[in-house]
Amino acid sequence: MQDTLTTKDIIKPENLVYSKTKLLTDTPLSYCPGCGHGTANRLVMEVIDEMGIQSQTIGIAPVGCSVLAYNFMNIDMIQAAHGRAPAVATAVKRVFPDKYVFTYQGDGDLAAIGTSETIHACNRGENITIVFINNGIYGMTGGQMAPTTLPNMKASTCPYGRDVEIMGHPLKITELVAQLPGTYYVTRQAVHTPAAVRKAKKAIRKAIENQKLKKGLSFVEIVSNCNSGWKMTPNDSNKWMEENMFPEYPMGDIKVPSEI
Amino acid sequence: MKELKLMKGNEAFAEGTIRAGADAYFGYPITPQSEVLEYLMTVRPYETTGMVVLQAESEIAAINMVYGGACCGKRVLTSSSSPGISLKQEGISYLAGAELPCVILNVVRGGPGLGTIQPSQSDYFQSVKGGGHGDYKCIVLAPSSVQEMYDFPKLGFELAFKYRNPVLILSDGIIGQMMEKVYLDESTPRWTEEEIIKNNSDWATTGKTSDRERNIITSLILEAAIQEKHVIKLYEKYKVIEDNEIRYEKFQCDDAEYLFVAYGSSARVCQKSVQLLREKGIKAGLLRPITLSPYPKKAIKDLSKQVKSIVVVEMSMGQMVEDVMLSVECKIPVNHFGRTGGVIPSPNEVADFMMKKIKGE
Amino acid sequence: MAKIKGAIVVDIEKCKGCEVCVISCPTHVISMTKDVNGKGYHYAYMENPDSCTGCTNCAIVCPDGVISVYKIKVDA
Repeated sequence: MQDTLTTKDIIKPENLVYSKTKLLTDTPLSYCPGCGHGTANRLVMEVIDEMGIQSQTIGIAPVGCSVLAYNFMNIDMIQAAHGRAPAVATAVKRVFPDKYVFTYQGDGDLAAIGTSETIHACNRGENITIVFINNGIYGMTGGQMAPTTLPNMKASTCPYGRDVEIMGHPLKITELVAQLPGTYYVTRQAVHTPAAVRKAKKAIRKAIENQKLKKGLSFVEIVSNCNSGWKMTPNDSNKWMEENMFPEYPMGDIKVPSEI
Repeated sequence: MKELKLMKGNEAFAEGTIRAGADAYFGYPITPQSEVLEYLMTVRPYETTGMVVLQAESEIAAINMVYGGACCGKRVLTSSSSPGISLKQEGISYLAGAELPCVILNVVRGGPGLGTIQPSQSDYFQSVKGGGHGDYKCIVLAPSSVQEMYDFPKLGFELAFKYRNPVLILSDGIIGQMMEKVYLDESTPRWTEEEIIKNNSDWATTGKTSDRERNIITSLILEAAIQEKHVIKLYEKYKVIEDNEIRYEKFQCDDAEYLFVAYGSSARVCQKSVQLLREKGIKAGLLRPITLSPYPKKAIKDLSKQVKSIVVVEMSMGQMVEDVMLSVECKIPVNHFGRTGGVIPSPNEVADFMMKKIKGE
Repeated sequence: MAKIKGAIVVDIEKCKGCEVCVISCPTHVISMTKDVNGKGYHYAYMENPDSCTGCTNCAIVCPDGVISVYKIKVDA
């Protein structure tokens, strides 16, 4: 029988096992081809879809490549000033304590201009979720050095590579916020392979479900590629990321709530 | 029945926010307005009305918390003093761009820079001419008494939600710090979740339900033509506000031949100067703008047909005087008397200045 | 013995030709077309449809969410 089974026979609604969540709009994503932002956007929406909490979720978009996330995420969304998403999210959660609130921020937004808001929201233990995309570069403005740019890594504002003597060191803000008593769950993930995506999705789900517990902030870093900024093909950039970013930003949970 | 109390201006403001049904206050300490946050943390409205009170890590965080709360269709506010208000300007621009309602109190101190903690009115330009970047306006209310410090949070929320626009209350260190009697009225209850959804769910981020499209709050408009259209729409709104919301108070203007124009604390000084001048037979009067934006241009222009000259009194080197000059369209002389850097003018020196101008000195 | 057969459908106009799906497919089903879509990108297609097991790997790594996956169990 299988010899006669055509592709047309398989592609029927009853056989559908995966398609884009309805919580992503039909607007084409503005991200570059192969950019992990698209996958991360989708995972957040898949989790909210699967949890059935569209009507109870408010998302905060940053300034950076994901500034237009509100065009793609089919939920109520707020676009925040550069770096201030954790402050905005703090207020949203405080005035709507039973809603699910997340910020979606890049490394420049979260770990440079918004360091203060990030650390204080974490330290206050706001019951929100922060999704932090770390690609070691300012993507939207055209590939400038970020707080997370690796030593010797080239960017348009460090064209000869990041000289740590002059430009300082990469900021491991995720390890930093894990030290704060207000964070409940801190993890570092990636979205460049199917296995990584499955893990990252579980982490995002946990980070959003944690809001019900009201035990503090859940923080999910996603180390991602910026193939345009790094000037590589998408697959080469993912390989480069594994070889160079992962040693500096190791995958896995950094702070896991202890079972009582 | 109204309750009568002796209160500091900053405390009256804080009490006014609770009784205005505010949902949240986000602040950061700075002299001379720290009593607002101190009062709220002492009274603890979060245990009675459910109003959120939070000390933010900075003025920048506080104004962005206001942005977040305002996005949710809630009555939210912040307060600060001059250097802190400068830090809030980016956030105020975002609030205006995204057409969000909120109340911001500035208890002005002298500047520039860290300046002084003494009272001043040198933030007039910053308040009425924009302050942050871009084409926008705040509604600006200028209290001149502790009673108005109490009353204006409620009025501020009414205007802010009527027009979906930030309302700035431009006070100063005198009004913030001095004590006067205040009549406290009945509390306005906070909106329930149902009321928020009923009143504001056509724009606020209350959670996307199946019966409506998602609400997006943003001030980002990448296409120039659409951004221009948005700004023109904002200015059409400001015109409606100008047509409907100008507020001012006249003091002994009916037979006045010489006019003071002053707001806030300076207006209180001028009230005494009018009395001193009248004792000397000079028919002086005072116009006190209550809304500084929109500005009572027509009221001043009308009076300029009656009086011989105007003295604008400000605790600054001359900021509002420009709006008075624009109002009278050069028809009569407009002079400025100012003290700055935290110095408060005395009624006598103001009256003497008017006398000198009358004599043509 | 039951056998799993799969197939994918690519939203051609939204595919950006990044090729992340190509290397994520364990059975080497996917290649990029020589043609380009309206945006000028080569897009993903099933070059070896018979090898598809419907594992969804391509779809879940696709940054643009352009791949839908279908799967059927057939008796041998």
